[in-house]
Parts: sequence; C-alpha cells; structure tokens
Amino acid sequence: MKGQPLSNLLPETLPDYLIEAQDLYKSFGARRAVVGVTLRIAAGEIYGLVGPDGAGKTTVMRLLCGALTLDAGSVKLGGFDIRRETERAREQIGYLAQRFALYEDLTVQENLRFFAEVRGLQPAQWKRRSQEILEFVGLAPFRHRRAGQLSGGMKQKLGLALALINEPRILLLDEPTTGVDPVTRQDFWRLILPLLHRRALAVLVSTPYMDEALRCTRVGFMRNGHIICEGPPAELRRRLAGRILELTGAPSSLIAEVARADPAVEAVNRFGGRFHIRVAPGEMDAAMTRLEISIRAAGGVVESLHPIDPLLEDVFIALAEGSWE
Amino acid sequence: MHWLIEQNRSERLVIHTENLTRRFGDFVAVDRLNLDVAAGQVLGFLGPNGSGKTTTIRMLLGLLHPSAGRAEVLGLDVTKYPEAVRARTGYMSQKFALYGELTVLENLTFYAGVYGVNDSAQLREILRSLGLDEVCNQRVHMLSTGWRQRLALAIAIVHRPGLLFLDEPTSGVDPVARRAFWELIYKLAAQGVTIMVSTHYMDEAEYCTRVGIMRSGRLLALDEPEQLKRKLPGQVWEVYAGPLLDALDCLEAQPFILRAGLAGDHLRVICPTDLSPDVIRGVLLEHSIQMQMLQPGVATMEDVFMALATAVDVQEPAPS
Repeated sequence: MKGQPLSNLLPETLPDYLIEAQDLYKSFGARRAVVGVTLRIAAGEIYGLVGPDGAGKTTVMRLLCGALTLDAGSVKLGGFDIRRETERAREQIGYLAQRFALYEDLTVQENLRFFAEVRGLQPAQWKRRSQEILEFVGLAPFRHRRAGQLSGGMKQKLGLALALINEPRILLLDEPTTGVDPVTRQDFWRLILPLLHRRALAVLVSTPYMDEALRCTRVGFMRNGHIICEGPPAELRRRLAGRILELTGAPSSLIAEVARADPAVEAVNRFGGRFHIRVAPGEMDAAMTRLEISIRAAGGVVESLHPIDPLLEDVFIALAEGSWE
Repeated sequence: MHWLIEQNRSERLVIHTENLTRRFGDFVAVDRLNLDVAAGQVLGFLGPNGSGKTTTIRMLLGLLHPSAGRAEVLGLDVTKYPEAVRARTGYMSQKFALYGELTVLENLTFYAGVYGVNDSAQLREILRSLGLDEVCNQRVHMLSTGWRQRLALAIAIVHRPGLLFLDEPTSGVDPVARRAFWELIYKLAAQGVTIMVSTHYMDEAEYCTRVGIMRSGRLLALDEPEQLKRKLPGQVWEVYAGPLLDALDCLEAQPFILRAGLAGDHLRVICPTDLSPDVIRGVLLEHSIQMQMLQPGVATMEDVFMALATAVDVQEPAPS
C-alpha cells in the first residue's frame, strides 16, 4: 500500500465527510455549553478543537459519540445518523476520553479483551485484533503486565489501543496529551500518523495548547461554546501576516509603555525577554521606524526589531479580542 | 555540556546550589546540580517525568534533605533553616485547593491566617494588584478557571515571598487569560520576586526569561529561550512532500536527520546546521517521493526540549 494516494484505498461509496455535525446545541440548565457548532471532517484529516477548559470541547466530543443527547442539530458518522442509526453510527468511532477507565488489576491483554467483549466482538476477531494493536502501539512485550503497573505514557497507549479495538473509521481523542511530557506526546502523535495516512481515519482531537494545534491539518478555535474560527494552521497564521513585530530591548516596562502609546499598535504582548507587537494592517514599516525612535527618545534601548511570522497564539488572541480585520 | 549552561552571575542570588544531589537507594534523582538564579528572574524548569524537577523543588523548599551538596535559597541554607526558607517562599500548585463556597476575599483571608498574615490592608492591596478586587465578594465556584488561577496566585504571595514556585500555573486556560496571568508574573518579577515555573508545556516555557532543562537528574541546559533555540536543535526545514508518511519514514531513516515530525500538512525536519538542503531533496528524489517545497523554519522550545530529552549525548558544535 506504500506510496499509493489515499483515494485509491477508499471505497467509492464513502461519504465526503466521516464526521458531519450540523448546528449542534447543548445546554446544561441555564449554561449553554455548545452553541451552533458545525464540523465536517474527512478521511485522512486530523482536526484540532482548540480552546480553554469550559469552552465546550468535551461536550462536542460527547455529543458526537452519543454519550450526550443533542438539544438540537444532527450528527452523521460515516454516513449513519447518530439518532436514527445509533448502533451503526457508534460502530464507526473509537473514543479516548480524557479520564478513560482502565482496569488496573487486569493485565493489558485482559483489558483489551474486556473492551472487545463490551464492543460485541467475537473471540476469533479480538484475538487477532488485539495482537495487531498491541504491536502497533508497542505494548506487545507488556501484554501480561497489570495496567496499574504501567507508566503514564504506556497507559495512554493502552487507552489508544482500547479505542482502536473495533477498527473504527473515526477516532475521537479528548485532550490525549494533557499532563504528559513532550517526549511521550511525540510518541503518541507518531502513532496517530499511520492511522491517518495509511488507514484514512478521520481524527478529532481536543487540546488546550496552541503548540499541539500546529500538528493538525485543520484547527477550530472554541470559545464559550462557539467555534470562533477554523482553518489550516498555516492559513490562520497567514491572516496576521505583516502584523506582528518582535522586539527585544530594555527596560521592559518602558518598552511596553511606549509601544502601547503608538497609534498603529493594537497589542503588546511579552514573551520572556521579547515583545510581540501587533500593528494595524499596512502600518508595519511606519510603526517600526516610529517605535525605534520613540523608545530611544524615552531613554530605552532597542536590541532588535523585525517582523515575524505570527504564532497561532497571536491569532487566537487577536480573535478573542475581537480586533479581527 | 557546560556550553549550554549560562549561570546567572549576580550579587543577589536567590537560588544557589552546589553539587546538590539526592539519591533514593541506588537511584540518583538529582545528580550534582549547580544552579544559580538571580533576583527577578522568571526561570522555566523543564524535563520529562522523573527527570528530577520535583525532587529539586522539594529540596529547595527544605522538604527533602539532600544526600550530598548544598542549596541556599534567599541566602539561607535549606538544610539548616528549612522553616525560614518556607516562610519566605510561595508555592502555587496546578491543583490548587480553593474553597468553592467561600468568596475570593474569604479564601484569601483564610490562607493568610495560616501564614500569620492578618493585615486586611495588605490583603486588599494584593487583591487590587492582581485585579481581583472586582470579584472579591463572589463565591469561588462561580468563577472561571482564569480567575481561580489568579486567586491561587494571590494566596501564594499573601506573605510576600521573595521566591515563588509555580507548577503549570496556566494549564487549561485560553491564551488571553494566560497572557493576563503572565502580565502579573512579570509585574512580580519587576518588583524583585524570583519565579520558578515547572511545566511540560512549551507554550508556558516561551514566557520565561530563562529556561533550565533537566534529564535523568542532571541539568542539561540553562539559558534564555532564544539562546537555546539558537544553540541547540540545528536547522529546521519545512518539507512539503507526498505521500507525507512515506516522506516521513524515508527521512526518519536517514542518519543526517536529527528529528522529523509531522506539522499539519507538511513535515518539520531538523538537520545539522551545515547540511545542505540539496541532501534532503536528493534523498526524497531517490525514494521517488515528490517534493513540492522546502523552506527554512524556525526552532521552537519543543525542538530544544526534544533535542535534549532524546539525544544520547549532545555534542558542542565545532567552532565555525
């Protein structure tokens, strides 16, 4: 299969999108958790739902997998409607919840077997599957170890293995790498890639972190139950192209004050010893010249001042402040 | 690897350790740590799980005795004066405990009492300086995560510590709330408070003025984030090629590639700085992988972290 374009691997009847969620609404009492969310995710795509705690990411995941019922809207998974064809729709998905349940007293293998039986798989099916999956996630040598004895990273891999036991076409990962160090995160993401590119799964992953969003093919920023903006990371960053200056110099308080007073400057944000300064469209050159002069005039030192590629974080902040275009 | 360690030289060292070591049986959790941190620094403290970060912090707080070496915090030997050290340091955990049924002011008053701080004017001043005065009579369970983090910070500084430890202080908030929180941190630093932030998240590491990275109990690097990015990972290339996973498999297998990973619709590849991009082009061509575009990229803190956390040994590049 190596080297073949994805389209050759897929049956012709496949719907355009494996996940099709239209105008989802969900409230808990007076609190509106999800407000008109629409998501379309195709095979081979990894979509990152990015936002803070309480933005509605987990609720969206639970609505998609049918763990919560919709107030309004529709969900189709692999073409099956979650309300009318619930069982078929659920068969399409593997779900790794934020706090997933492992039976700590059971071995790795026994956990897999348990989840396979819950999913209604026959012994002939899950024996072969579990062997494959354990090799895939790298847990084959540990199959007889109790889940409680696994490291954090290995538990997470077991969680992924459990989510894959029913050969899903859709994978929902709710903050899979929260609290995990970068090396373990890297390993985890490396496992997701072949699922995307060789098996053409559609993956929806939620994360509170911008640096993780960069790994996705598309991201949607969530805030207060809404997706406020979506697109490929590179495209989102381009929207602020020519708007962000990076400045280093001293003293910090003086630089922040002078920069904020500049008429073309919209925002001044400090990253350690550096400032990211967002300027109004078309004002880059003028602002650079002015800042250099006015900081010196105020008695400060400019060590470096140049335009940079915006970070996703710069984009999110600009969006959240409502100062978009 | 001294070329990666740039200690603070200052009259006013807030943290000073000499070969600080902690063993648990045969396991060396912290191995001859030498760390100097000057007043007003915001030091990011990074490392994989089990690298010795928490053990170090516990020794600096006088909660754990060193097996060898010594540490001074705010001029006090932590082994001799652990109580005095703790009275002068603040600690904010990622899982801070607040009383949801109590108001912001009541929570602060309660914790202040624990520290023996009963001056209500001082409490008001802390609430004001952290922008908490507008919510001071609201019950905590009604507040967003961002506000709660601010309150946890207020509690951590209620006794006006000279050194503040923060453990993933802004996990779970959006960049706007995180930004607001860090503005407060910079304000404290400008007042001379030294801040040590332990985190797994590179988003947070980018906010620190200096970053220390530990692995297997040893301090591998200590410098400004920009310096580490310049010194460490090598040259980043953004590679647009297809099929993507074949390109990744192919490049990962090359000895000259330090690291390769997926970045959305393309690959990020790190090579030694002196490697010509033609080598990348050549290898992909050889494997019949189509390359659309190759452009230089920018190193991130994650690249720095990965370079240190996964390399067998990081050699100093020969002077060019």
